[in-house]
Amino acid sequence: MTDNPARTPLYEWHAAHGGRLVDFAGWAMPVQYTSIVAEHQATRTACGLFDISHMGRLRFDGAGAERFLDALVTRRVAGQQPGRIRYALVTNDRGGILDDVLVYHLRDQAGQSYFVMVVNAGNRLKILDWLAPRLAAAHDVVCQDVTRHWAMLAVQGPRALDLAQPLVDDVELCSMKYYSGAETGIAGHGGVVSRTGYTGEDGCELMLGAAAVAGIWQRLVDAGAVPAGLGCRDTLRLEAAMPLYGHELSEDIDPFQAGLEFAVDLDGRQFPGRDALAALQSRADRPRRVGLHLGGKRVPRQGFAVTAGNGEVGQVTSGTFSPTLQTPIAMAYVEPAFAGPGTELAVDIRGQPEPARVVPLPFYRRRQPHEGS
Amino acid sequence: MSPEKLLFARTHEWVRLDVDDRGAKVATVGITAFALEALTDLVYIELPRPGRKLKAGEPFGEIESVKAVSDLYSPVDGEVVAVHEGLADELETLTSDPYGQGWMVKIKVSDEAALPRLMDYREYQKQCAEEQH
Repeated sequence: MTDNPARTPLYEWHAAHGGRLVDFAGWAMPVQYTSIVAEHQATRTACGLFDISHMGRLRFDGAGAERFLDALVTRRVAGQQPGRIRYALVTNDRGGILDDVLVYHLRDQAGQSYFVMVVNAGNRLKILDWLAPRLAAAHDVVCQDVTRHWAMLAVQGPRALDLAQPLVDDVELCSMKYYSGAETGIAGHGGVVSRTGYTGEDGCELMLGAAAVAGIWQRLVDAGAVPAGLGCRDTLRLEAAMPLYGHELSEDIDPFQAGLEFAVDLDGRQFPGRDALAALQSRADRPRRVGLHLGGKRVPRQGFAVTAGNGEVGQVTSGTFSPTLQTPIAMAYVEPAFAGPGTELAVDIRGQPEPARVVPLPFYRRRQPHEGS
Repeated sequence: MSPEKLLFARTHEWVRLDVDDRGAKVATVGITAFALEALTDLVYIELPRPGRKLKAGEPFGEIESVKAVSDLYSPVDGEVVAVHEGLADELETLTSDPYGQGWMVKIKVSDEAALPRLMDYREYQKQCAEEQH
């Protein structure tokens, strides 16, 4: 750990309940409480409960907030209805990815509109630095870093909505659309609930005051939610083929390579990286993000070479032993000629080539019994 | 097998010393409950073939969990004379009986120089307590 990793408001709970705390992006976070696989299965079959208070939360108020954000991210914010949430990217002038973010358009009790941008913990300071000169030049927009004032929980799995609903005062969760959010009382405390997540399961995420979160967490645990650490958050998102910054996403990767075309809206818009992205859009020669199924049991990990014959054709960005599929899986960037599903490749696992087949993503897709909309 | 009767390496392997019918010392080697608890979620183990000659401190195999891969280090100088065949297909044995059925290799000791460096159980427990902080 670094000298003083930051602590979420649930640090004491994690430490007292067997959480194995590691330094993640400068925060002391639990990797697991019992076992990664057990917590993974609990989330797939019932309900996992995650402390994600380390994620950066930036709040934008003011009449100029919508215009400001629209000129900042790859997705249209102008016209995004209150209550809607969008996945978007922040790109540099070369079209490389500075961060992937969620933009919430919310309305407070008085009907006043505001925005929240949730950023990766490891990119929060970078994004704040990047915002600073733009905010200084902008009118009618105030940005507050509320990361420390608010805590954030993810309640994920087929039972998540049932377990969370009794604590959510003002919103019927099962009638909320996916990727929507709203202010609500959370057991009497002010907060925000959203139908979002990073596990490939149904569920919701809650933002609420740091002082109130420990009580809410305990009530969810008492109701049967299984505390789950960042270890299974990683295996869950990997099975669902959700990219992770620092693995599938970086300043040297553009959104098209990453398969994130859906998160780029160029038409009639201006934002940093827009022109570079317009040029990159038609490039077919850059390595592409693919999924790999491996034989054997050995686990491919970030940085391992992907080979075809004797040549290196790509690199693994994330890998694990999939608890759901019971086989090693990986995401990798490979040369376009080797990116087609069914292509037989190999991953060099510490000097030994393990056969790997390109498969369509995601590796895992949940059945969708009660989606809103 | 109770761990009190075993010796331990800093790298969390345990050693049971026996004498074979020709009077040579044979070390049965596995890894400790503490190490297994730290690893959790095992998926893979690779063990050497019989006949492999090892120096104390040299890797003889690797054990992999969902989280990470770790080398297994020989606690003694010697030659691998037996390997726990089939362990890879029943990794749960490691956690259910780490000091018995969870053995990994038997190494015929060729040089006893490394033996005094091994710890007894009390000393090893002290090391584990320190590592937890």
